[in-house]
Amino acid sequence: MEAIKQLILATAPEAVLEEKAHLTVTVAPDDLRALATALKNDPASRFDFLIQLTGVDEGENFSVIYFMTSTDDMTRQLVVKTYTTDRENPVLPTVSDIWGTALLNEREVFGFLGIRFIGHPDMRHLFLTERWKGYPLRKDYDASREANPVDVTSYPMSDHSETWVKGKDGIQHEKIQLFEEDDYVLNIGPQHPATHGVLHFRTALDGEIIKKIDVNCGYIHRGIEKLSEGLTYPQILHFTDRLDYLSAHINRHALCICVEKAAGIEVTDRTEVIRTIMDELTRITSHLLSWATMCMDMGALTAFIYGMRDREKIMDIFEETTGGRLIQNYNVIGGVMADLHPDFQRKVKAFIPYMREKLKEYHQLYTGNVIAVNRMIGVGVLSKETAISYAVSGPVGRASGLSCDLRKIMPYSAYGKVEFKEIVRHEGDCMARYLNRLDEIEESLHILEQLIDAIPEGEYCVKTKPIIRLPEGEYFQRVEAARGEFGVYIQSRGDKTPWRLKFRSPSMALVSVMDTICRGAKVADLVTIGGSMDYVIPDIDR
Amino acid sequence: MFDFSIVTTWVDQFLRTYLPEFWVLAIEFVVVGVVMLALYAVIALVLIYFERKICAFFQCRLGPNRVGPYGIFQSIADMLKMLIKEIIPINHTDKLLFYLAPFFVVVASFLTFGAIPFGNGLQAFDFNIGVFYLLAVSSLGVIGILMAGWASNNKYSMIGAMRSGAQLVSYELSAGLSLLTMVVLSGDLQLSTIIEKQSDTWFIFQGHLPAVVAFVIYLIAGHAETNRGPFDLPEAESELTAGYHTEYSGLQFGMFYLAEYLNMFIIASIATTVFLGGWMPFHIGGLDGFNQVMDYIPSVVWFFGKAFALMFLSLWVRWTFPRLRIDQLLHLEWKYLLPINMVNLLIMVGIVLLGWYF
Repeated sequence: MEAIKQLILATAPEAVLEEKAHLTVTVAPDDLRALATALKNDPASRFDFLIQLTGVDEGENFSVIYFMTSTDDMTRQLVVKTYTTDRENPVLPTVSDIWGTALLNEREVFGFLGIRFIGHPDMRHLFLTERWKGYPLRKDYDASREANPVDVTSYPMSDHSETWVKGKDGIQHEKIQLFEEDDYVLNIGPQHPATHGVLHFRTALDGEIIKKIDVNCGYIHRGIEKLSEGLTYPQILHFTDRLDYLSAHINRHALCICVEKAAGIEVTDRTEVIRTIMDELTRITSHLLSWATMCMDMGALTAFIYGMRDREKIMDIFEETTGGRLIQNYNVIGGVMADLHPDFQRKVKAFIPYMREKLKEYHQLYTGNVIAVNRMIGVGVLSKETAISYAVSGPVGRASGLSCDLRKIMPYSAYGKVEFKEIVRHEGDCMARYLNRLDEIEESLHILEQLIDAIPEGEYCVKTKPIIRLPEGEYFQRVEAARGEFGVYIQSRGDKTPWRLKFRSPSMALVSVMDTICRGAKVADLVTIGGSMDYVIPDIDR
Repeated sequence: MFDFSIVTTWVDQFLRTYLPEFWVLAIEFVVVGVVMLALYAVIALVLIYFERKICAFFQCRLGPNRVGPYGIFQSIADMLKMLIKEIIPINHTDKLLFYLAPFFVVVASFLTFGAIPFGNGLQAFDFNIGVFYLLAVSSLGVIGILMAGWASNNKYSMIGAMRSGAQLVSYELSAGLSLLTMVVLSGDLQLSTIIEKQSDTWFIFQGHLPAVVAFVIYLIAGHAETNRGPFDLPEAESELTAGYHTEYSGLQFGMFYLAEYLNMFIIASIATTVFLGGWMPFHIGGLDGFNQVMDYIPSVVWFFGKAFALMFLSLWVRWTFPRLRIDQLLHLEWKYLLPINMVNLLIMVGIVLLGWYF
């Protein structure tokens, strides 16, 4: 860490270093790009994985927080902050050429806070329409109905984007054409069976070959982060299940850990084990659904029904204990909502051998199928470099050879106590992603096997204060959700509500690489790649 | 074996004794037309039920089981629904081609359907270029599909139609060549003669290896021609929503649907006729007792039994395999099926010249 501090001070002498939970560096905007480049390239730091990019309205100024880690050692983390005091016309330099994941994240910040990033090649709003008045995450935002009345007019989508560059005479504005004049642009989505939700790909085609994809998100943007700023922590919990609804339990777990750590609440061992078991069951349901829908996308409907059939077994187990099937609302701050159902252990124990049997069936039905193999091998290759640059993690990142399983790297809950393998493949194609998920189901079963008989006795939930106030500060929590790294960032000012709350969405990283890896592929491959990426739209849009 | 031509000839004679030739023919045309149309619709209904049930069993489901015992009236209910559904007019389409396209598809499949021998003497028209005729008219359907895709003014439809065009033109070759292989063996194009020649042994056994190869290729190519999974690229619901019939609704969609199921039946019937002896019972040369027992089963049962067995095979494939990609589809045809087929044809010619067949 000392070497990193020296590096920072060497590149940006005016930077302010603070030792908080993570080393925090505050730099002036002018030094940001130099510092970012140095941090990424220097062998001592190699911060090549930008986990989060968050914009915050601090009151008098706007700041942007870059939370980064290194793929050499995922536990090495650093927070870089930059700020602008100009509230009228805020501008900051872009880092999108240093970390690819900033491309979409900076657009998000632009839409919500109105900060323009100089040099960003495509400065459009990501979630809101261009006609939206005001910037929602600013504290002086006018949320009244009159400011943004419900408009039912259909406006054509613009084929142009903008970019701001620093020229000789100040900041200049340039118009960019998204597609070429004679491109055949196919709208895949917002209502399309293969996007698994309301996502919109504007796909430029040359015959059947994809030239470019322009991703349009925001069709189910619900403003969860904005809503959270007005709600107490136990109330916010309910939103997490509705982000990535397929790993609902894991998302909620992340927020619970974050709040518990910040408020200094100790949970019992029983809670930790129950949460871990539930996490793994959720992961299995998620991977099963992913397998099923991927097969369906490729035209094998029977496989889809098989996957759904087995997923149903876990849903039934969930239902008994939590009362919910898709969205369980089970974790609460300090523990879990209710104790396990008496049948829980028996049913999970029966499920483990059943699922192992079915996994064999899946391989027989689909993995060896000659058409499936030809459709998946070598299709949509995501290189390790691209995966790192775009901060892709989870089964997709691990299929590209990136070891990024947070359960292994920084174990939380009961993951430190269990044995399991991290599944890493190096091909980076659809087949690797497909096999990774099936193998992860196997590993999850292995984890369940170890924990299900070792649930300690004790309280399932500790008593907490009715109103939870987090001490002033910034809190990060990273967990391994079914689709990759899910993160929670809370900036608290000592209130019962957060000042700023940000969810790091794994699906957004997945969808941001679609353009890169789909170029040159066929339309049919887009569907396969989309299935193998397995993004969940509410998680992107939030 | 009961010969249905006895009945038809008797009706013909009976009419001729009372009416001039023109009226005899007019009445016969109308009667045959109505019977065929009814059969066309009924077979489609049965097939839809058949497919839904079989697909359900493949997928560990029950399938239709509410309308009537075992859901047997489900497809009739669906048909009624389809008939009374609104046809939604679409703006910015080429109206003439748009409304004409479903008819093209149905007429093409109906023309093929007319030439199929359903039983001993049960054939609407039988002429000396039967196989050639079947091949010619069965490929007309692609015109309807291209028209539908073009006239819809929809990008998905357009891509679907173009895929369909590429697919049908390619696979027509394989289908044609594999049938040609069997024509070499039979030495005749007339369907009734082809069946007659299989009275001792079906062609698939007579021509042994090349016949089996041709049979397999024909099944693959025929499957591709019917646009059904794993060759359902023109529709590809997960990629192109519904491909060429995205914009169609109500009865117009119903016609595409009808033609799709009937094409499946037609492909199975042609394969049955040319490879599996059509309505001819399973005979083993020399075993007269066995052959006589087989003859007790009516020819219509033989025909439909074989056709349904082949369709079951087609459903099995459809509900197990994922969809091919367009380039893989064309690779399969041009790099594998076509060369194999040509070599196979040569081998068959050699076998026929040397008299090595049974």
